[in-house]
This record gives sequence, C-alpha cells and structure tokens, in this order.
Amino acid sequence: MAHLPDIEANGATRKGRTGFVLTQSGRKVLWAWSFLAVPILFYSWIRFYPTLSAFWISFTDWDLLRPANFVGLENYQKLFADPVFWKVFRNTFAYLIIGTPISLLLSFVIAYYLDKVTFLHSFLRALYFLPFLTTAAAMAWVWRWFYQPIPIGIINGILSNLHLPAQQFLRSPAQALPSIMVTGIWAGLGFQIIIFMAGLRAIPSTYYEAARIDGLGEWAILRKITLPLLKPTTVFLVVFSSIGFLRIFDQVYNMTSNDPGGPLNSTKPLVMMIYQTAFSSFDMGYAAAQTVVLFLILLVVSLGQLFVLRNR
Amino acid sequence: MRKRFTLASLVAGISFMALSSAQAVEIEYWQYVFETRVNAMDQLISNFEAANPDITVKQVTFPYADYQTKVIASQAGGNGPDVLQFFYGWLDKFQQGGVLQPLDEAVFPTAEIESEFFPIVSAVKRDGAYYGLPTAVRSLALFYNKKLLDEAGVAPPTTLDELVDVAMQTTKTDGGGNITSEGLTLDFAGQDHHWWREVLVRQMGGEPYDANGNVSYATDAGLQALNFYTDLQTAHNVGLVGFMDEGQAAFKAGLAAMTVDGTFRLGAFNAITDFEWGVVELPANADGVRSNYASYFANGIGSGATDEKKAAAEKFLAYISSTEAMQVWLDVVGELPARRDAALTEANLADPIYAPFLKGLEYAHTTTFVDEAGQRQTAVDMVNRVLLENQDPQASLDEAAAAEQAMIDAAKK
Repeated sequence: MAHLPDIEANGATRKGRTGFVLTQSGRKVLWAWSFLAVPILFYSWIRFYPTLSAFWISFTDWDLLRPANFVGLENYQKLFADPVFWKVFRNTFAYLIIGTPISLLLSFVIAYYLDKVTFLHSFLRALYFLPFLTTAAAMAWVWRWFYQPIPIGIINGILSNLHLPAQQFLRSPAQALPSIMVTGIWAGLGFQIIIFMAGLRAIPSTYYEAARIDGLGEWAILRKITLPLLKPTTVFLVVFSSIGFLRIFDQVYNMTSNDPGGPLNSTKPLVMMIYQTAFSSFDMGYAAAQTVVLFLILLVVSLGQLFVLRNR
Repeated sequence: MRKRFTLASLVAGISFMALSSAQAVEIEYWQYVFETRVNAMDQLISNFEAANPDITVKQVTFPYADYQTKVIASQAGGNGPDVLQFFYGWLDKFQQGGVLQPLDEAVFPTAEIESEFFPIVSAVKRDGAYYGLPTAVRSLALFYNKKLLDEAGVAPPTTLDELVDVAMQTTKTDGGGNITSEGLTLDFAGQDHHWWREVLVRQMGGEPYDANGNVSYATDAGLQALNFYTDLQTAHNVGLVGFMDEGQAAFKAGLAAMTVDGTFRLGAFNAITDFEWGVVELPANADGVRSNYASYFANGIGSGATDEKKAAAEKFLAYISSTEAMQVWLDVVGELPARRDAALTEANLADPIYAPFLKGLEYAHTTTFVDEAGQRQTAVDMVNRVLLENQDPQASLDEAAAAEQAMIDAAKK
C-alpha cells in the first residue's frame, strides 16, 4: 500500500464538488469499522471505561453513598499494612502455584493415555468432560457435603469405616485450601483434557513413525517430539488455568458461605476480599485499590508466563 | 335539557377523574425476599389500599444477599424507595449516606413511640430523632428436641450448669468418638455470637460495650464467657462447630438435642414432623441473671419521598406499625409484635412457644453494630482461633476486641 498516493491510502479520492468517493478498499475498511463499532462502543462502555475508572476510584474514599474524596495512596498504604491482605495474597498464589501445575500434569497424563485408548474412547472423554459442564455452585455444594464431619460427610464416613481418624477438611485452616483446590482442579480438568487431546491429535503421526524407525524409546519420543510440539497448547492452558486460579471465587464462596473465605481467612482469595470490601463493607475505594493490585498481578503473571514459554 | 344534564355530568365526571388522578399517589415499598414476609406485606398493602383508595403501594423485593447493595446503589442513582425495610444494625450506614429521612415528630411523637414500643426501639434513634419503626421484633430462646430429652430422661435446662449437664446426657457418639448427635449445636456464625456477646458476657459479670459504644468485653468476664463456649466443644464434647454444616440444620434433622435460635426460625421448625420440640428461655446463670439479644427490621421513609409521596409514606408506615398490622405479621410470619400491647396479650403469654421469647424481650439487649458482617466475623474468628489453632483464649479475646474496636473507630471517623 505504501506505493499508492497518500490520498488513496486513506481510502478516499477527491472528486470535484461531489465530495468523497470511497475506493473499494476504503469501502471495505468502512464496512469493517461500522460493524466493529457496535462491539467497540459496547465494550468501551461496559469494560474499558469501568476499568479505567477503577484506577481513579482506588485513589478515593468512595463508599457509594457520599461523594468521593481524593485520598492519594491511602488505600494502598492501608492494603499493604493489612495482615489479612498478605494472607489472602499467599492464598491466591497457593491456588495458582499448586493448582496450575497439578491440574496441567493431571490433565496431560489423562489426555496422553486417553489418546491411546480406543475402547470406549468417546464415553470416557465425555465422562471427563462432564464436570466442566456442571454449574460451579452446584458442584461446590456437593463437595461441601462430601467434606462434612460424621454423620453426613461421605469421606469421613469412609475414613471412620477404615478406623481412621475423622478429618476436619473445610473446618481446618490447614486443610481447607487444599480441599477447595481439589474441587477447582476437578472442575477444570475436563476442559484441559479436551484441549490437550486436540493438541496431541494435531501432531503428525509421521513424526512418531520416523522416530520409531530411528529406534527412539517412548520416553524419548515424549520428551523430544510430543512435549515440544505441544508447546502452543501448553502455553495456552498455562495462561488460561493460571487466570482461572487467580480468579477462583465460586468454589470458595459456595463451600465456605457460613464464614466466607474461612476459617480464619485460610481459603480467601483476593477476588473474594475485593467482593467483601465492595459489597459487604461498601468501601469502594479500598476495593478498587485491591482490584488494581489484582490486575497488576494478573498482568505480571501472564507476561511472565508468555516470556518463559516464548518461542526461542 | 336532558342533553345538557348529560353534558354537565360528563364534565363533572372528567374533572373528578382528573382530580382523583392528581391525588392518586403510588409509593414504592422495599423489602428482601422471604416468602412469609412478602405474603404478610401483600396482605397489609391490600388492607391499606382499601382504607386509602388514593394511595397505591408497590412492593418490590430483592434477595437478601443483594438487598443492602440494591438500596445503596439506588440511593446513589437517585431512585430509592419511599418506604423501606432495614435491619437496625444498618442504620448508621443508611443514615450517614442519606438513604433515610428522620421521622416527623408531629406525625410520630417520640414520647408515644417510647411508651408504646419495647425499649429496644431506641436502637433506631439518632440525635433525638427516630429513623424507623419496627413491625416485629426477634429474640432468642433455647429450642429443645423433646424426643431426645425424653430418651435421656432429662428436663429442659434453666441454668447454664444444667445446660451443660443436659447437653452431655443427650450427646451421642460413635465408636471413634465422633459426635453422631449433638447435645447443643455450636454455630458461632449463626446466633451463638449474639448469645456470647449480649448474654454470656453479661452473665459472667461483664458488659460487651461501654456507654460510648466501645468494646469492653476483653475482661475476665469476656474470657469466662469465651471459655464457657469453647469448653462445650473441647472439654464437654457436646457439640462440634460445623456439625451438619449449620446448627439449625442439625436440629431440624433431629440430630441435635438443643439449639439457641431466634423467633425467625419458628417458621422453618414448624415444618418438622419427625419429632416434637419445645422452647424455653435462655438459661440463667447460677445467680439467676438472664439476658437476651433482641433485634429487628424497622421500616423507614426514604429520603427521596417528598410532598404527597411523603405524606402517603407516613400514612403507610403508621399503618404497618399499628397493632393491627403486628397481629397480621405474627399470624403470617410468626415474629413477635414490637408494641407492648400487641405482644403482651394473654393469648401470647399463654402460648408455650411465644411466651419464652416474650419473656426474653423484657430483659433483652441490642448490639449497636457499625458493620454487622464485619463484627460478626471478628467474633467468629475469635472462637475459631481457640478451637482450630489452639490460641490462648485471652490472646484471642484481646485480638478480637482490638479488631472490633478498630471497626468502631473507623465508623466514627
């Protein structure tokens, strides 16, 4: 396009007094933009504008009811001095750092072997995918009852039958977070398996045949062919799953609704702290400051992962 | 002549219609969704509209979890309700935010309110002005499962020592020492934090808050009250926090002999068909000292209501706080009337279920919350630190007091 006269590159030619007549490419661009305008306006209004205003609100003491006053960095100072924030910060990263690798490893192993199974293949695949279709709230409640103490908790019932001591699960500050994470991992597993399987199917079988002819073992094939060629899929899932764990909310909220994020804040993720600050304490300025911090965490984590997993 | 008459009557008819449409006022009433409350209000609205044909009341409801947010957001948006229901503990937030307007002294004289309602009504008074009036009040009592008490051959307790004793005799455990049926439900996030704060602390000789509204339970009395509560699980093993998820669920399922709960639970427990249950006053301490926690939802007038809407809202508020409305509320919802004369009737005092709650109202206290959810959380965490992290009770009590005081200070700012 660079060789065209400037005026044509802009998509319009001057034609006497009649005004502008669009060239064909100009018309295409105009059509594209007129279709795009609707979602762009919509998103600017419901997404980008609130996002930007959250930054502004984080510097105020707005409580929805009284006019907002500019308070500078007060909300951020309060946040970094708040022990609950640091606990919540640790929880958020625990969900991320433990949840993401375990869920990816599990889903890869299952996808890898499921790919080799031909007997009942579709049925098994559907079975693994099923939890992903279930409403998070319903699933969380079922698990919540699984974890109950005797006489209604099924897991403790089994432990008791095996003469093992009952476990506190959701009532224990140490066990509650892993207990919730298990349901989170289980819920997302189906989706990750399907994506991994699609990735595995996309690897041309000729590579494997060539490798076998060259006498490579299964382990070497996995390491040298499957995993490197699966990298785009893995990158996608790492980012996707990380964001999912960083924003975990439904499971935690529904499994601990008597004492949200409890006991003793041991399961509370940052998203829930934001929710409570905003819609239980109505401290919008403080909640906005937490949101900005979450945004920065998500940004840094996503960029970091893309950097580590980039194509060299 | 006849034609002229018809014309005249037509003109008169039109002008009458124009006049009445100018007078017709529609006001909006907001409350949260709770089936019996909505039904009772529908009934009250139709009674009110029959008596005041020029006023229409539109009832708007929201799920409880969204209710406060909805009120506050509507206030920010400038289209709030004319009359709304609010928990007395939300008043500070609503008053400071300008959601509510003070009641007009000429329409609702303070002296009259204070002589006719139970004294806890003063919890919605700020700077000498009332911001609402309750239809019904709630108090706590001890519910007991007659079947389980009979099986153990014990009578409902009247003192704290008897409470522990009865709870121990009605608790059932399996071979592994796990509780299979509780003696007393332990659910601090439910009503137990009120029981602890306003009842146990006082019974141990303390005061939960001083005259200025500051925390004053971090004393020996507070410690004794905390120990009494946590001992129920750790020393006496009569209950387990989290058993059946919630105390009321355990009681409803017939897996708890006793539970501390409020009048608002009557509706749910009335559905129990597997066993008979009864109610007694909350146990007294060894010296016979009793206390109770009373709370209520009040109805107030939204700050947006002016002129004829305000007049209509006042009429409506007066009606839904009348003795007649309270009787409807008692029959439909099961909550106790907020006026003495409506509550303390012979029929109510002779009722084995209502009587313990009504007696409780006589010596009940209300907590002035600045952040109801936040303050409950500090109390829940206090017990959890002792039960789950084996923290020293005194340290946990001090931590809770400091955290709650910080909330109170922040609200005063």
